[in-house]
Amino acid sequence: MHKIESRNVNFFYGETQALHDISLSMREHTVTALIGPSGCGKSTFLRLLNRMNDLIDNTRMEGSILIDQNDIYQRNTNVDDLRKNVGMVFQKPNPFPKTIYENVAYGLRVNGIEDKNIIEERVVTSIEQVALWDEVKDKLKKSAFELSGGQQQRLCIARALAIQPSVLLMDEPTSALDPISTSKIEDLIHELKKQYTIVIVTHNMQQAARVSDNTAFFYMGKLIECDKTKTIFTKPAIQQTEDYITGRFG
Amino acid sequence: MNSENKLARKKRITQNIAFGIFTAISYAIVALLFVILAFIVVKGIGVISWEFITAMPTNGMTEGGIFPAIVGTLCLVLASIIFAFPVGVFAAIYMTEYVKDGWIKKVIKQMTNNLAGVPSIVFGLFGMSLFVNKLGFGDSILAGGLTLGLLVLPVVIRTTEESLKAVDATFRQASLGLGATKWQTTSKVVLPIAFPNIITGLILSIGRVSGETAPILFTVAAYFLPKLPSSIFDQAMALPYHLYVIATSGTNIEKSRAMAYGTALILIIIVLISNLLANALRKYYGKKVKMN
Ligand SMILES: Nc1ncnc2c1ncn2[C@@H]1O[C@H](COP(=O)(O)OP(=O)(O)O)[C@@H](O)[C@H]1O
Ligand SMILES: [Mg+2]
Repeated sequence: MHKIESRNVNFFYGETQALHDISLSMREHTVTALIGPSGCGKSTFLRLLNRMNDLIDNTRMEGSILIDQNDIYQRNTNVDDLRKNVGMVFQKPNPFPKTIYENVAYGLRVNGIEDKNIIEERVVTSIEQVALWDEVKDKLKKSAFELSGGQQQRLCIARALAIQPSVLLMDEPTSALDPISTSKIEDLIHELKKQYTIVIVTHNMQQAARVSDNTAFFYMGKLIECDKTKTIFTKPAIQQTEDYITGRFG
Repeated sequence: MNSENKLARKKRITQNIAFGIFTAISYAIVALLFVILAFIVVKGIGVISWEFITAMPTNGMTEGGIFPAIVGTLCLVLASIIFAFPVGVFAAIYMTEYVKDGWIKKVIKQMTNNLAGVPSIVFGLFGMSLFVNKLGFGDSILAGGLTLGLLVLPVVIRTTEESLKAVDATFRQASLGLGATKWQTTSKVVLPIAFPNIITGLILSIGRVSGETAPILFTVAAYFLPKLPSSIFDQAMALPYHLYVIATSGTNIEKSRAMAYGTALILIIIVLISNLLANALRKYYGKKVKMN
């Protein structure tokens, strides 16, 4: 049973086609890495999975994307519910201009949860889930901007987890971080995949090899190859993939 | 080898000359500014006293102080900001966060820019015919404040727009992704981040408003009114107009010359203070919502 399934997806920014006929599916509780040279459409594809591209004017999508067997681009899809179910983490840590506590509580509050105990419980659980609790438990009322970049990124993950999604999208979540913070996030991804289905964009081959079960290689808006990560990195079926992985271009 | 050196030297010399010219121009501009300021300070400092800023003008405006003009200008600044700030900020929010890209947006943008280019005397005429006559406010702080507010509206809209656009799109995506509405996203995430820059725009427009003469000429400014306004329907004196009056058409221009410079100095000080305030506020809020 597939958690996420994209069928013959085309995507256009104005007249420019950014994605060509992408068919790709992902199982529950797996990590899928999207790799490929810059500008090949990885982020665009990722943003289709929670309909973030809807926010960009003059865009058009063809084909269908199913999450839990429901076509998320159907007319009667509740986009709010979809986005709550599909959390997102960005390239640059982007905590809100609020306290550490309120950053995580934000998603609960905007969804109408008012019970203090519930909010507190979820905030603490989420911060614990990202292994940040010991570092911030004494300064929950401080501004999130006081944290280091790596801590901010984990806080952003906690913020996404607080509203209990089942899918987590990560767009180059460690590209702005130092190696130690990066490895913390990678450990976290291992831990989180027990509960979530994760799609991660990365331009770091080693990272893809370390964290993912499956890897999809994009090139110029096309899905060139998708397979078990091990297979992609040891004996890819297509020459282009091999060239990219071995660093011959890209 | 040799010719390469020559080329490098030639490049370096050209660059040095260019830098030299730019440096000289920059210093010249700063020097000019300084001369103007110094000129006004030297000519005006003599009349500045406690009495000058707290007393009514007397003896055909050749003696006494400029208190009512200071109060009038502050009232006008306040009135115009109370009008222009909320309207401008909401217009900018609507434009950047809600209107889709397309020709309507382009037209509105162009109109706003055109509005910013309209000479201020035209705003004065418009204010007179709309606020003073049509709406019957008469010559009043209300009419003058609204006219000045219209004048700075494009500035407020534009700076707010720029500040909002400078907020990274991922902040919006993150908030909407958590199920927040557009308004929640705008008011709780985007605006707080943009706020320091918006404040700067506001205070720069205070400088603009306090110095304008043409828009208040037919809408509020009194030639000589030795009492403070008691309501927004009263006329008022204002610093720039008072300056104009005593410099060109007072009862005794020669005798009031020093007072004219003193008035100019006070005007400059008000603008200066508001700019310093802008910087301080921006630093303060900038620290609170530091973007990284
Ligand atoms: N908001 C946008 N408007 C127009 N074109 C875009 C936009 N975002 C991305 N693109 C274009 O779509 C293509 C794919 O971009 P993107 O998905 O960001 O690639 P990647 O994440 O793999 O680097 C690029 O050619 C890029 O220029
Ligand atoms: Mg990208």
